[in-house]
Amino acid sequence: MVAAGVESDLLHWIPLLPLLVAVYHGISIGVLRRPMQPRLAAIISCAAVLTSFVIACIAFRDLLALPTDSRVLIDDVYTWIGAGIGSSAISAEVSFRLDPLSAVMILIVTFVGSMIHIYSIGYMEEDHRDDQGIQRFFCYLNLFTFSMLVLVLADNLVLMFLGWEGVGLCSYLLIGFWYSDNWNAYCGSKAFIVNRIGDFGFLIGILLLFKALSEIGHPAISFAGIEEHFDGIVGMTVAVPAWMPFGPEWQLVNVIALCFFLGACGKSAQIPLYVWLPDAMAGPTPVSALIHAATMVTAGVYMVCRLSFLYAAAPEVSAIIAWTGAITALVAATIAITQNDIKKVLAYSTVSQLGYMFLAAGCGGYSAAIFHLGTHAFFKALLFLGAGAVILAMHHEQDMQKMGGLWHRLRMTRWVFFAGVYAIAGFPPFSGFFSKDEILVAAWVSHVPGHMWLYGIGMVTAGLTAFYMFRLWYLTFCGESRAANDVRNQIEDPNGFVLNPLWVLAFFSVFAGLAGLPQVWGDIIGIEESNSLANFLEPALVAAEPHLIKHSTELWMAAGAVGIALAGTGLAWLLYIRKPGVPGWLAAHLTGIYRTLHNKYYVDEFYDAVIVRPLVVVSDRVLYRVIDSRIIDGIGVNGLARGVRAIAADGLKYAQSGLTQSYVFFMIVGAVAIVGYLLR
Amino acid sequence: MLPLDHVIGLSAILFTIGVLGVATRRNLIAILMSIELMLNASNLAFVGFNRIWSQAEGAPAVDGQIFVLIVIAVAAAEVAVGLGILLSMFRNRDSMNVEEVNLLKW
Amino acid sequence: MTVETILFYLFGILAVVSALGMVLNTRNMVASAMSLVVTMISLGAIYLLLEAYLVSALQIMVYGGAIVVVFLFVVMLLNLSTDELPPGKLRFAKIAFVIAGVAILSQVLIALGQDPLLTAQPEAVPEGFGGYRQLGIALYTDYVLLVEMTSLLLLAAIVGALILAKRKID
Repeated sequence: MVAAGVESDLLHWIPLLPLLVAVYHGISIGVLRRPMQPRLAAIISCAAVLTSFVIACIAFRDLLALPTDSRVLIDDVYTWIGAGIGSSAISAEVSFRLDPLSAVMILIVTFVGSMIHIYSIGYMEEDHRDDQGIQRFFCYLNLFTFSMLVLVLADNLVLMFLGWEGVGLCSYLLIGFWYSDNWNAYCGSKAFIVNRIGDFGFLIGILLLFKALSEIGHPAISFAGIEEHFDGIVGMTVAVPAWMPFGPEWQLVNVIALCFFLGACGKSAQIPLYVWLPDAMAGPTPVSALIHAATMVTAGVYMVCRLSFLYAAAPEVSAIIAWTGAITALVAATIAITQNDIKKVLAYSTVSQLGYMFLAAGCGGYSAAIFHLGTHAFFKALLFLGAGAVILAMHHEQDMQKMGGLWHRLRMTRWVFFAGVYAIAGFPPFSGFFSKDEILVAAWVSHVPGHMWLYGIGMVTAGLTAFYMFRLWYLTFCGESRAANDVRNQIEDPNGFVLNPLWVLAFFSVFAGLAGLPQVWGDIIGIEESNSLANFLEPALVAAEPHLIKHSTELWMAAGAVGIALAGTGLAWLLYIRKPGVPGWLAAHLTGIYRTLHNKYYVDEFYDAVIVRPLVVVSDRVLYRVIDSRIIDGIGVNGLARGVRAIAADGLKYAQSGLTQSYVFFMIVGAVAIVGYLLR
Repeated sequence: MLPLDHVIGLSAILFTIGVLGVATRRNLIAILMSIELMLNASNLAFVGFNRIWSQAEGAPAVDGQIFVLIVIAVAAAEVAVGLGILLSMFRNRDSMNVEEVNLLKW
Repeated sequence: MTVETILFYLFGILAVVSALGMVLNTRNMVASAMSLVVTMISLGAIYLLLEAYLVSALQIMVYGGAIVVVFLFVVMLLNLSTDELPPGKLRFAKIAFVIAGVAILSQVLIALGQDPLLTAQPEAVPEGFGGYRQLGIALYTDYVLLVEMTSLLLLAAIVGALILAKRKID
């Protein structure tokens, strides 16, 4: 990254437009209490996000016009926090930075976001629970878009944290959108609370980084500033208690990197903080698509790539990231193969694919992670929105065991849905193939200890991904319809608002791979510098290891990935089309394994027993009943009142007797006291 | 000659007696009379001090006695008004007891 | 021990005794008022001894002859000859008052006894001190404002007393 940049006035409009519309909706509903026509509210919100997309494209074009090694556009709006002097001076500006990394991100966010906004017009209108809810929905969606754009465009850590918190808040609001059902509200709270644990790590990271930098005399929180002076803190160490592993001293950069990664775990649903994402499916399907597939959960990956210089200097933590990502990917994939709710399968699939992204980032393949982030945004959003179309068509039925045979009825949806499934399974030439391949190559060439195991886990997970996605496909679209009779005849394609964004997203799912075509394929086809994405991102990220492998190895690896995906697909075909009784037989005979997988390894129950229950018990028995009720209320508040009343009612009351002579007496006493003091 | 500190002491004694009267008696007229006694005691102190500091350039300093004259005038005015208030109060409550004057209690 | 000193002690003791008589006499209001008169007159005598002649005359005339008379008027108007309730509550308060009073007094007297200014012998008075001429000049040159204000005050008092004591005409 370069320190200085070219001034641009456009950038602050990108997040500002959705914010203005969100505030307008908020005032309209909350203050004026005159909600708009739902369709009008929806159109305004979509227009805001689409305009943001257009401005983002213009800014992108401006960025491309700059020479390659100084591609930074900065829009400094105003100084938000300015405090301290000298070596502890903190100056957090509201300042937006467009460099290749954030350019890619804002294009993805605004584009997929506007597609989902358009989809929501059609989706939420079918849902007549609460007319005013539609305006509230779009208000929250726009607020979310604003927060995400601030997060991505932020020039410094504090502003990024603002966006980070904002997306967490909007996630809570949107998951619990239909809040009259307690379960939805509970899921929203769970998402927010688990996110908070991650936010704590993020905040500690910011503070540690700032303190370290101020110790060497260059306090900075902007990314450019941190990177410039980063070498000064690379050697610093932190003392830890002697019983912790790896000696009495830890490298400071490791601690900081770990803290930031904790934040990423919370936001991007990695082990151990992934438990909120499956329950977040309680929200409306567009919310799942936008927040939990395409944008918010990718914030963690974005943050790791943004701080790539930090992670490049902390190889141990990068290894931890890679292994965490890999294990998360594997575990989530194993859970997904037994789920029956269509959205839950997609949720676990998201966790798994995010694991892939962290695997890549941990192995140093930051541009591979961003590439997969982009393609995943397209096909996962497509899959979620398609699932939403299916759910609408099935009259809000989400259990796959009651679906089937939709191929014949949903004539348009079937194509786009198949495109998504094909892409995520990783078959060429759709985008998922290229991006997943890049990740596996990054794992192969990295220096992370046990990287071949990582590669192996990646391959196995790819197979599982193909398996459960085609299982979903077969259960939903193929075979005989298992729906109830009255529903069976009313299944039809959803309306235009819902379908058309699906076509657009399908197009990108198919062709987005060309943006990051790995060089090996480019050589075959005859394109120089075919990996435009990686080349574009190169100035913004710390340079990854160059591919020190032969092209033939890469081709063999690609073939292996396709092979294992075919194996997974074949197994799914076998189990769900050819011999549909087998899964039931397996479940009945392998009850232990089946039940563990179906119940998500009992992780939620474990957390509940070990963390949540004790906290609730402590909060209720100790904090509430003893400290709050007895001590603070009883002694502090009520006790103080009682004390004052006692003094007043039993003591001071007699001074206000109304008897003149007692007043005279007190005057005499006062006079005696004063005279006595003066005559001392 | 005349022991002037004893004059001031006498003033103090009379003042104290006046204070005791105000604080102890329950009849309003008695309280007013005790107030008069206090005023007289302070007059005595004025005159006594004036006797001590009677020398000045040119004309003798008679400030204390001037003050006493004014105090006498004020005391007269105060008695007039005070007794008027007293009469009103007597007409309202038909009693001269100072403990009846207790509306401040509420 | 000059004559003046003896006379001073005599009138002083008389003043104190009659003051006590006024304060402590709870049965007879008229007797209280009479004791007050005696106190005023003995104070007037003491003023004479202190060579404040005009003040002395005015004290006897105004205090003894006017103010206490007004008191007596009111006492007789309201027929308050034996109008004192038996000592009831606040007995402790009264004892406390006595103690407080003694406390004030003793403090003042202690202070007085230690003051060198007061214990010095008084000088001779200048010519004309205390006579009407000196007082008159002082009143109408140095203190003329005071005189005017006092006159206003007396006016207000007259009007106030009239209004307060007026019987409502029905």
